[in-house]
Amino acid sequence: MIRITRTIRTLAPRSLKSLRYLSQSKPIAATTPIPELHVSDPEFRLDYADGRDLSKFGTKPIYLDLQATTPTDPRVLDKMMQFYTGLYGNPHSSTHAYGWETDKEVEKAREYVANVIKADPKEIIFTSGATESNNMVIKGITNFYKNTKKHVITTQTEHKCVLDSCRYIQENGWDVTYLPVNSEGLINIEDLKNAIRKDTILVSVMAVNNEIGVIQPLKEIGDICRKNKIFFHTDAAQAYGKIPIDVNEMNIDLLSISSHKIYGPKGIGACYVRRRPRVRLSPIINGGGQERGLRSGTLAPPLVAGFGEAARIMTEEMDYDKKHIVKLSNKLKNSLLTIPETFFNGPADESKHYPGCVNVSFGFIEGESLIMALKDVALSSGSACTSASLEPSYVLHALGADDTLAHSSIRFGVGRFTTEEEIDYVINVVNKRVEFLRELSPLWEMHQEGIDLNSIEWTGH
Amino acid sequence: MTTKTDVLRLYKQLLTTAKKFDNYNFREYSKRKIVDSFKEHKTVDENQITKFYNNGIDELSRLIRQTAVSRMYTFDKLIIEPLKKHHH
Repeated sequence: MIRITRTIRTLAPRSLKSLRYLSQSKPIAATTPIPELHVSDPEFRLDYADGRDLSKFGTKPIYLDLQATTPTDPRVLDKMMQFYTGLYGNPHSSTHAYGWETDKEVEKAREYVANVIKADPKEIIFTSGATESNNMVIKGITNFYKNTKKHVITTQTEHKCVLDSCRYIQENGWDVTYLPVNSEGLINIEDLKNAIRKDTILVSVMAVNNEIGVIQPLKEIGDICRKNKIFFHTDAAQAYGKIPIDVNEMNIDLLSISSHKIYGPKGIGACYVRRRPRVRLSPIINGGGQERGLRSGTLAPPLVAGFGEAARIMTEEMDYDKKHIVKLSNKLKNSLLTIPETFFNGPADESKHYPGCVNVSFGFIEGESLIMALKDVALSSGSACTSASLEPSYVLHALGADDTLAHSSIRFGVGRFTTEEEIDYVINVVNKRVEFLRELSPLWEMHQEGIDLNSIEWTGH
Repeated sequence: MTTKTDVLRLYKQLLTTAKKFDNYNFREYSKRKIVDSFKEHKTVDENQITKFYNNGIDELSRLIRQTAVSRMYTFDKLIIEPLKKHHH
């Protein structure tokens, strides 16, 4: 009790001056420092100054981890603000105007989301994100057809949420075939044909890989699935809005979408579920029967509307963004590959590669140590969920890359808001830090002397 | 009727507003987008001009709101951004 009174006594009144900005036309910023992001460690600044006077520059790293998430577009935020200020009705309230106005906006958003993949708005089910959509599809379909079917086909390079859902259904008695991929990350269509059984119900292949950006042959897979009356699901979290997708032309029956990969708000996504021919699945969330009964629960109109706006911008600016991304990505890729002993991970054919994802292996360097040395660039060696561990990427493993190269890979993301200036800076620092780290490496020295490292017999293990 | 002066004034206003983004990436993107959009529609059909002009006005009001938000919540500058002389 005593302590509390003391606190109250010593509490200084807040100055009214701090609220001055409320009455000014030019707002005073509420600065929010994020300590973890700082590169302000004096020693670090000295080491990495690269001849510049760092006190004259900011401290925040350049963001090139766009596969993990993207910044929210200001136009999306502008749309969302309406729902946090005036439009607060429950879109499912059908008895009054508050519900109607929100419902109208939700349906508009649904249309925008559907337009990107040329689907019917009625076929879009809003979920909390691509992970939920993937779970919903794999668990929902297998649960619905559990009495007649027994087999699912997927690939080795899927995202963890697909692989883990497959593990789950395997525990419930299902058979799962994990298709291998070639050194470019592509599946073999013949392998798929051979894997199909009479009791196969679902094929799940991701559209664009999150680590190497390879685009799978969706149309061919879709045709095979349709011929064999198997449902075709694709995880399009990285592909939606970035590569052209037409669910009817490609015979896609189910498709997972994430909003925060397309500059939309986090916490929302969608699942496309075909209506004709009808795809049936058991919901994993039961309740009031919203979203065609497949995903009950009140929708979040601010997120839905933001997602819709993000999708609308993606449709409208797909070509414009693509041109920008291709230009910067080519510059980055070509410059990085001029460094000796660097390798590009992904398909050589540019039409099979999403340019916004550049994955490069730097020989004789640990990927994690390069990421640590590149503190002024926000990068990742792979999926955000696995990058905390020092395990080499299972995707690169599936490509047949050996452990050392899988360990030394780094993924660079290029997006709508990346600038040429940033790319130039990154190329420059990667060059310098790679050289620096290799100078420390005895392996690099041996390689320089012409010793084949594979011929050495290591002892001491 | 939308005149050439109207269009040029809108262009200038859009650019001046875009420069007010505190966030480097949003600022650079907006500037690039505005310049490229005007270039792309330079030879647009005369009866379409008003439609584009009105879109531009909507865009301007959105920019005014969003640059204000960007200046209310500021974060550290990027490592490539030169700090202004009077910056704290």
